[in-house]
Amino acid sequence: MAQTSHGVGGVGYDARKRTWPAEFNVFLALVILVVIFELIGRIFLGDSFLFNTRSDVGGIFNEARLQIIILQVSIVGIIAIGVTQVIITGGIDLSSGSIVGATAMIAMSFAQVATVNGNPNPKAMFLAQGWTDLPVIVPLLVAIACGLFAGLVNGALIAYTRIPPFIATLGMMVTARGIAKWWSKGQPISFPTESFAGIGKGLMPVVIFLSLAILFQLIMTYTRYGKHCYAIGSNEDAARMSGIKIANHKILVYVIAGILAALAAVVLSSKNLTAQSGMGVMYELDAIAMAVIGGVSLSGGRGSIIGTVIGSLIFGVIISGFTFLRLDAYYQEMVKGVIIVGAVVLDQWRQRLRAMRA
Amino acid sequence: MSDIVLKTENLTKRYGGVHALEGANFELRKGEHVAIMGDNGAGKSTFVRQITGVEQRTSGQIWFDGKEVNFAGPIEARTAGIETVFQSLALADDLDVPSNLFLGREKVLFNLGPFSILDRKYMRKATEAALVRTAVKIPNLSNTIRHMSGGQRQCVAIARTATFASKLIIMDEPTAALGVQETAQVENIVRTLKDNGEPLILISHNMRQVFDLCDRIVVFRRGRIVANLRKENTDGNDIVSYITGAKTGEAELAA
Repeated sequence: MAQTSHGVGGVGYDARKRTWPAEFNVFLALVILVVIFELIGRIFLGDSFLFNTRSDVGGIFNEARLQIIILQVSIVGIIAIGVTQVIITGGIDLSSGSIVGATAMIAMSFAQVATVNGNPNPKAMFLAQGWTDLPVIVPLLVAIACGLFAGLVNGALIAYTRIPPFIATLGMMVTARGIAKWWSKGQPISFPTESFAGIGKGLMPVVIFLSLAILFQLIMTYTRYGKHCYAIGSNEDAARMSGIKIANHKILVYVIAGILAALAAVVLSSKNLTAQSGMGVMYELDAIAMAVIGGVSLSGGRGSIIGTVIGSLIFGVIISGFTFLRLDAYYQEMVKGVIIVGAVVLDQWRQRLRAMRA
Repeated sequence: MSDIVLKTENLTKRYGGVHALEGANFELRKGEHVAIMGDNGAGKSTFVRQITGVEQRTSGQIWFDGKEVNFAGPIEARTAGIETVFQSLALADDLDVPSNLFLGREKVLFNLGPFSILDRKYMRKATEAALVRTAVKIPNLSNTIRHMSGGQRQCVAIARTATFASKLIIMDEPTAALGVQETAQVENIVRTLKDNGEPLILISHNMRQVFDLCDRIVVFRRGRIVANLRKENTDGNDIVSYITGAKTGEAELAA
């Protein structure tokens, strides 16, 4: 604190106005959800949701279930990371699911083996050209190029023609799905090389998802890129007046979202050992839902990758919990819908409360 | 000429047939606080927009810091040292105070293009220093602007001008939307700037405030400068006469 002739300046810390991070509430929701499933399980099924109740395997927790919870959301989770940074800038990306479809088809056709059981691979599109048994880096680079291109088109449309992101990415959603079907005339492509199949094997999707999540959490918090994402999302005019190059930044944001969707396509097609034109349908909405549940504001400027990761875990817990309670999958969808809307209502309510206290 | 910070000659702006600003001759000296007054639509904001490069003038010349200038945009003007506190404040609501102060000119540790690592420690320290220098009091630096009162937001916007070595600060009605206490706080900041010898242009409708804070009052009416008076040589009634047009003719500064 320093004294100038006209009053004291500086920071006066006021403990009453201390606020805990928004992610804490999302985490609390996750814990409550797990507790609910645990209680219902104990009371009605006599089984535990979280803990190990079998004597033939070791460990305190039911590790198989914990793995499934995160494994089943990790591929959509990779997309959700990209979608989160798009939403933080005040945009939206509806094209990621279709980018997954198109990229899976194209990348898979560059990851084909030459022979299947001694016969020439019937699915290999480039058998005549001899583009088979290529090193894994080739389909990977092809996938990244696909995602980059799709993101570039999205970003350029939004930045230069100033059409709403909803429309631009809706166009890309339909177009990319068309490309996915056209690429092999609707035929699925199977028989990937062993090295390509290794990308999505076992718990690899989880490892890839969490590594990317940590990387992007750091980027969003500690780099100029992240700071400008939040600035553009919270007040685009202010960002422009401050000298931030809005158009360039937006293009980069959508390019990164496209590349992450393409990486999700690689992991998914590798895990399934096949690519189909219908892959990734509705993934964009699941990804947006994960972000929204995780506290990312659709009006931009607020949210974090950590929040989205917790949001994706809430998704995973719901799916696993319903399976655990032996309830039909129909109920999952219904409850998912309620939770998405509930999360947004709660978030707005909390924001108003905070604004009143300030 | 050497102590003149800003000078305009015959500055004119027309929007089609509308003469928003006609032949404005204006001078600002080092350490001087000048008020711009006038009715709505008198040309005050138009005048400021020409200086800060937000709009391009129709004709006339501007000298700033000894050189003739031609700003293509507000960023160029800011780089040259003209800091403006806009009526709209131009703050990002979801960012904390240091991020807002350094918005668009972040200090980085490693330069990796867009992925440059921010020097958060430095920016925090510089923010605290700027708050001290402007006598702005903020409860918590990590709080986002969204959770601050109108007065605090205004103070942050003003502190931003003091973070960087600015040569001229322009404030466009900084207290228009504030309560009594908050207005007093902002006025104290302006006094601190005066003590630090920072030149300032203040657009205001508040007569008491203008007489309290400024050395000289320039009155705009219908796009023209109709009065340029030292505060000692005038009073509220006199100024009102010029604003309303009861008194006309360019009253020159009796220097």
